[in-house]
Amino acid sequence: MSVHRTSVALVAAAGALLALGPVIPNWAVSLVNVSLGIGVVVLGMMVLMRTGLVSFGHGLYYCLGAYAAGLASNRFGAPDMLAMVAGGALAALLVSAVLGLLLAKYREIFFAMLSLAFSMILYGLLVKSADLGSTDGFNVHAKSIAGFAVEGDAHRLGVYSVIVITAALCALLLDAYLRSHRGRLAEAIRDNELRVEYMGASVFATVHLNYVISAVLAGVGGALMAIHIGHIDPEMTYWPQSGEFVFIGILSGTGSVFAPLLGSVVFETVRSYAYEKSPDTWQMVLGVTMLMVIVFLPGGLWSLASRLRGRPDSARTGG
Amino acid sequence: MSQIPAVLADAVVYASWLFVIAVGLTLIYGVMKILNIAHGSLYALGAYSAVTLAGGWLAKGYAPLGSYAMLALAALLVGLIAGPVIERGLLRFLYAKDEIVLVLVTYALFLILEDAIKLTWGVDPMFVAEPYALLGNFEIAGLTYPTYTLVLVAAAIVVGLALWWALGFTRSGKMLLAVIHDREMSAAMGVNVGLTYFVTFTIGAFLAALGGALTAPTISVVTGMGAEVIVTAFAVVVIGGLGSLGGAALGAVIVGLVRSAAVHYQPELELFSIYLVMAAVLIARPKGLFSGAEVRKI
Amino acid sequence: MIKAMKPSRLAAAATAIVLALGAPVLMAQQKTSIKVGFVTFLSGPAAGPFGVPARQAAEAIVESLNAGKAPAPYQIKGIGGLPLELVVIDEAGGATKQVSEYRTLVQRQEVDFVIGYIGSGDCLAIAPVAEELKKLTVFFDCGTPRIFEEASYKYVFRTRPHATMDAVAATLYLLDNRPAVKRIAGINQNYAYGQDSWNDFEATIKVLKPEVEIVTSQMPKFGAGQYGAEISALAGANPDVIHSSLWGGDLEAFMLQAQPRDLFKKNILVLVAGEPYLHRLPGKIPDGTVVGARGVNAVFAADSPLKRWLTDLYKAKAGIEPNYPAYSVANAFLGVKAAWEKAAAKKVGSAIPMGANKNVKEEMEKAYAPPTQEEVIAMFEKLSFDTPSGKVQMSLGKGHQAVTGTAYGTTRFENGVVKVGNIKYYPAERVNPPEGVSSLDWIKSGFRATAK
Repeated sequence: MSVHRTSVALVAAAGALLALGPVIPNWAVSLVNVSLGIGVVVLGMMVLMRTGLVSFGHGLYYCLGAYAAGLASNRFGAPDMLAMVAGGALAALLVSAVLGLLLAKYREIFFAMLSLAFSMILYGLLVKSADLGSTDGFNVHAKSIAGFAVEGDAHRLGVYSVIVITAALCALLLDAYLRSHRGRLAEAIRDNELRVEYMGASVFATVHLNYVISAVLAGVGGALMAIHIGHIDPEMTYWPQSGEFVFIGILSGTGSVFAPLLGSVVFETVRSYAYEKSPDTWQMVLGVTMLMVIVFLPGGLWSLASRLRGRPDSARTGG
Repeated sequence: MSQIPAVLADAVVYASWLFVIAVGLTLIYGVMKILNIAHGSLYALGAYSAVTLAGGWLAKGYAPLGSYAMLALAALLVGLIAGPVIERGLLRFLYAKDEIVLVLVTYALFLILEDAIKLTWGVDPMFVAEPYALLGNFEIAGLTYPTYTLVLVAAAIVVGLALWWALGFTRSGKMLLAVIHDREMSAAMGVNVGLTYFVTFTIGAFLAALGGALTAPTISVVTGMGAEVIVTAFAVVVIGGLGSLGGAALGAVIVGLVRSAAVHYQPELELFSIYLVMAAVLIARPKGLFSGAEVRKI
Repeated sequence: MIKAMKPSRLAAAATAIVLALGAPVLMAQQKTSIKVGFVTFLSGPAAGPFGVPARQAAEAIVESLNAGKAPAPYQIKGIGGLPLELVVIDEAGGATKQVSEYRTLVQRQEVDFVIGYIGSGDCLAIAPVAEELKKLTVFFDCGTPRIFEEASYKYVFRTRPHATMDAVAATLYLLDNRPAVKRIAGINQNYAYGQDSWNDFEATIKVLKPEVEIVTSQMPKFGAGQYGAEISALAGANPDVIHSSLWGGDLEAFMLQAQPRDLFKKNILVLVAGEPYLHRLPGKIPDGTVVGARGVNAVFAADSPLKRWLTDLYKAKAGIEPNYPAYSVANAFLGVKAAWEKAAAKKVGSAIPMGANKNVKEEMEKAYAPPTQEEVIAMFEKLSFDTPSGKVQMSLGKGHQAVTGTAYGTTRFENGVVKVGNIKYYPAERVNPPEGVSSLDWIKSGFRATAK
């Protein structure tokens, strides 16, 4: 048995990013942090997309993860980055395990819409929570990593390292899962559920599991963003945020676990330059970019990478 | 004093408004299977055009009653220009795409139109209030309502009945239903699916703009108004059953009632009411209240 | 193996592109201008009433300052003689995105300081980042008292008073003029500002007149647009007073829908942030409405050379009189300018007198070099400076949070315009909590609490 080449590449990329951390400018560190934080959520979108599902409400878990991390730090006396990430994952796990029982029976637009309704209910609850700052949210400051206190530059690099390593770990684990027997069922379900049932596999259990996995990834992403941004608010579960995840998911393509991570780097870069260079029409820039990708790169950005490698099919078959 | 008459009256008014903004959405989804996020922008375009035309009309000192014609004209113009431009210029090249990708296409369109509106009309809120107060008031249970709200209710009923008649009792309507039922089969039977899509999208765009134009006299037209409206409209059509005309009406009535009751009895709940209803309905009836059995494709 | 490396090579390439795009431009040897990051809403519902007026004010103020046309004590060109250059960013998109954009502004654009932020959530989120990046940041418009009540900052300033003042003064004004009010209702947007605004008002009136009854508190969602049911509920509750912190399109829609329905026939409307809409809604705001401008701004500001300066430059740019966001922007620019120039003057003043030292040239160059950020901040803390709305004192939040007095007045419709009469001024100390006491504690203690 050999280590899969995607795993090798992931470890190498993470190592390269870690080595670059101290030398790249501060804003680039921030760009990487945001992109990978969002990227982890989009990894979750990828699992769902492979299963043939799209959620317009994944902000629910992103936001839950962030609030769980924020509460772990501010209320439960655990301002430790690892504890916060674990808290985010756990909150998403618990809620998605329950909601998943319901949602795993839904498909297509109805799945998307019920997800949307749940995420908006969380939004309403948070807006009503004066204690949590209502729409203004609250600030979060992680003070340590696995018990080691970090401040100043160490904090900055610490946040960066935690995000890079967590994102790489998430991608590694997800890649392993997707290559497993159960993981491969996802696409079979997308293509034809009945056949999967006839083969003797449980569609429901697989969809439920994939839903929970994607939710946990979103929760982890939310916690990472809470750590990096230092502030959380209910906007994280408002529908345009969920829409953005879907968009980055489609933009990236589902060909490889690299796709969501790179896709969100591209998205964040475009968005940031659009804000800066064209403050009055940044929405238009994003809209046009989106249309161009859909029209010219139907398999997402990853299909471009595959094309460069002379393997036009991998966008669909997941190479 | 009992609040029930007021609750009902407010519910009817709000439901009419919801129906007008949602019915075009459900029509387009029913026929084309596109969940059109740009519906919100078309609504905003209708409202902005209405304010411009009706405002210009009144500023010229023409007969105030003519401002209603301007509202209708604004909706027609937006429907007949924006609808065909979007359908012929963009959507028709993308029909083969996945449903979700099409949602994103309309989302991109929404973003583009948001900035286009901003570039055209600026960011200052605009309003033309005269048509709202022009027709006088009437009273229900001691509360004053402008007669214009009756125009809104009437418009909702007329639009609903007209669509029901056109779909159920005309030749082209029946063809439309055939396309809704089975796109490939209809094409095989000689129905011009492309034309059907073109007409449907134009009518849908007109209905969105009509919603905006009729709402315009009651509000201050402001950037970002489309975004606020679109999710509400989604909720209404999803509750009723996507693609169902009767569903949109029922969804509007339910949401109208629940919201009105919340405002009168438990204002705290107003923020959630619509999504609670949406979640509850989808849990009980996974495809909304009006949904036919679907052929399972193997 | 070569194939296996491709994805990482792609990652490396992406990183390289990111690096190349942002390679810092070599700094000029001598400072020839000051780059100011200015963040304000350019899209969304807050753009029309606040964001774009603020931007127009900022652009006009910068032009005027650069031309040295401002009245005393601000006649020095630009800031300390250096011309200002604006980099404008849209505040839309929520706090998460704003934090990223702020980092870009500070690190990629390398601005000298940042003025901005209308949304309270954005201010809360930006403050610790400003601290981390050690960049002077001045909030010009956001209202939440939480910023300096929950934390203290070195690099962050707010040159306008916080929102508690609006609620307290509104209540004082109401009770001064209509001591008999009994039945209170509210309609406020269901988000932090609307909730705070109502809670502060409710708490204040309960302290000052415990027997009042809250008959209904309507909380429509932000951007709701349709207020039919809310108006019925308000009318049905039969209040003496309707309190509202609505603003922008929401306020206008509410007024347009409520007025034809005779909602305001039997009660007084209190619009805590109503000032910017007076000229927009002639005939639509009932006579006798109590309005505020979140400070002694606009119609409430006393005539002065500075007020005339702001009015003229804003009128030339936007065609109308400046509203309170424009005044807030002026506070921010003039505050930084005052602090900067005071710091510069101090350096020169304390420089070694000419001839007394060998290194005269070097010492003089040092003395006349622009002050460092730390020197500006030292002067900014607890600064008192003149603005178009009068004196601003940076006296709360360890010298980082401004207080001013405020004013309320009553509208009447005359010759096609809404006039504000019966104006009452409330001094800063009467409507702002003392240092070290949270706003709500201060209100609930009957305005008596002092720092322990």
